Amino acid sequence: MKLRDKWIKGAICFCAFFCVAVLIWLILYIVINGIPSLNREFFQSLIPSVASTLAIIGMTLVFSVPIGIMCAIYLTEYAKSSKIVKAISFAVDSLSGIPSILYGLFGMTMFVTVLNFKWSLLSGSLTLAIMILPVIIRVCQESLITVPTEYKEGSFAMGATKLKTLVKIVLPCTSRGIVTAIILSIGRIVGETAAVYLTAGMVNRVPESIMDSGRTLSVHLYMLAKEAISFEQAFGTATVLIVIILIVNTATNLIVREKK
Amino acid sequence: MAKIEFQVEHLNLYYDKFHALHDLTLDIYQNEITALIGPSGCGKSTFIKTLNRMNDLVEGCKIDGTIKLNNVDIYKDYDIIDLRKKVGMVFQKPNPFPMSVYDNIAYGPRIHGIKKKAQLDDIVEEALTKAFIWDEVKDRLKKSALALSGGQQQRLCIARALSISPEVVLMDEPTSALDPLSTLKIEDLVLELKKDYTIVMVTHNMQQAGRVSDYTAFFLNGDIVEYDRTSKIFEFPQDKRTEDYITGRFG
Repeated sequence: MKLRDKWIKGAICFCAFFCVAVLIWLILYIVINGIPSLNREFFQSLIPSVASTLAIIGMTLVFSVPIGIMCAIYLTEYAKSSKIVKAISFAVDSLSGIPSILYGLFGMTMFVTVLNFKWSLLSGSLTLAIMILPVIIRVCQESLITVPTEYKEGSFAMGATKLKTLVKIVLPCTSRGIVTAIILSIGRIVGETAAVYLTAGMVNRVPESIMDSGRTLSVHLYMLAKEAISFEQAFGTATVLIVIILIVNTATNLIVREKK
Repeated sequence: MAKIEFQVEHLNLYYDKFHALHDLTLDIYQNEITALIGPSGCGKSTFIKTLNRMNDLVEGCKIDGTIKLNNVDIYKDYDIIDLRKKVGMVFQKPNPFPMSVYDNIAYGPRIHGIKKKAQLDDIVEEALTKAFIWDEVKDRLKKSALALSGGQQQRLCIARALSISPEVVLMDEPTSALDPLSTLKIEDLVLELKKDYTIVMVTHNMQQAGRVSDYTAFFLNGDIVEYDRTSKIFEFPQDKRTEDYITGRFG
């Protein structure tokens, strides 16, 4: 008995360390291979991709975060019939299960061709906005559910309307969940290649308007690796990508802590 | 005889098909403390929530009969927001909002349109003083209310209810989650508050009803078995069931 316990404990610990080790190994591998190519010239060559990436992140969040939060509020606070909630939840879950290339295909036909937005940041971010909606809705919904009923009752008993209660009590309690949703979304936006490639195009130039095509870092990395242009530069790009993600995550976390 | 605050006539309440309150008729008097006692599930909490229409939030809850506050029907002729400004409520579990002590008290005045800092400062100090907690929190108004002890939180909630100058304060078992010392403080506070407010209080604790209330209503299975001056109910109960309950034979 004792021996078996030790074995199981050992296996659990091994798995935990294994996960961390893989992560560290991966990051170190990329960074070590990337660092040699990090010089001034290389950074300058990345400016268009970084600009496009940031623009797409910003636009996608502007499109999807308000809609996602409101949808989550509707589901948890307003929807009376459980049938509607189930129907919407089913739609949301289905959306999150669709592979991203299908979003890309849809975006390419719908935004690029039918609506004639061309290969542009607009088409790309609209497509990504649809893609990350399920993440935002689900995370916000889970966070809204945890707001204690006692808070809401207390607010109603003071003569607050539903809307005031929502704005002054419920949403502040949910700010952590909303930020989590945003971080997860940024991760998906930055990491997405196929859907962006098909809708935002890959012109490697600093975009001047939202109707310009732009190449995000991931697409840039894909091009570098696929066309075997330069593996050193691909690793360099990957390093920059990792650093950007770290900065964004830390910044959002700091903002939440500030607010608390 | 004291003035009548609430006039309840033939009040019936249903949760879907379940008939929870049966044809209740009673008057609640101004500036008196009315205690609602009875075993769990007898309808006393349900009843108290009809007085500020908190039951409106419960799905499938239907009410007939009338409840008048100062002769105005609260279900027909009252705006629900005005009603809740006049009839404050303190809950069983202390439920301060997750914000600072100051913001908790300023919450009510703010949502009802008071914005000036000086005016809010006065309201906060007055409400906290009235709730016997000013001295304990005056140096930590900006700290989170959740850091206070349970008893302090409950007095803070009472102060919050007082911040919008209600006429009536409803208390739904306000001490059931507190230790004996905090309970005593709340009881002293309630006795002090009756000078300015009408108090309706649900309590599980018969000694508490005896100690603080002027009137007592004994609820059983959705009926009011007996309603009279507390001294009469406790010394000369008219109904056998009341006597059994207050002497602790069941409940």
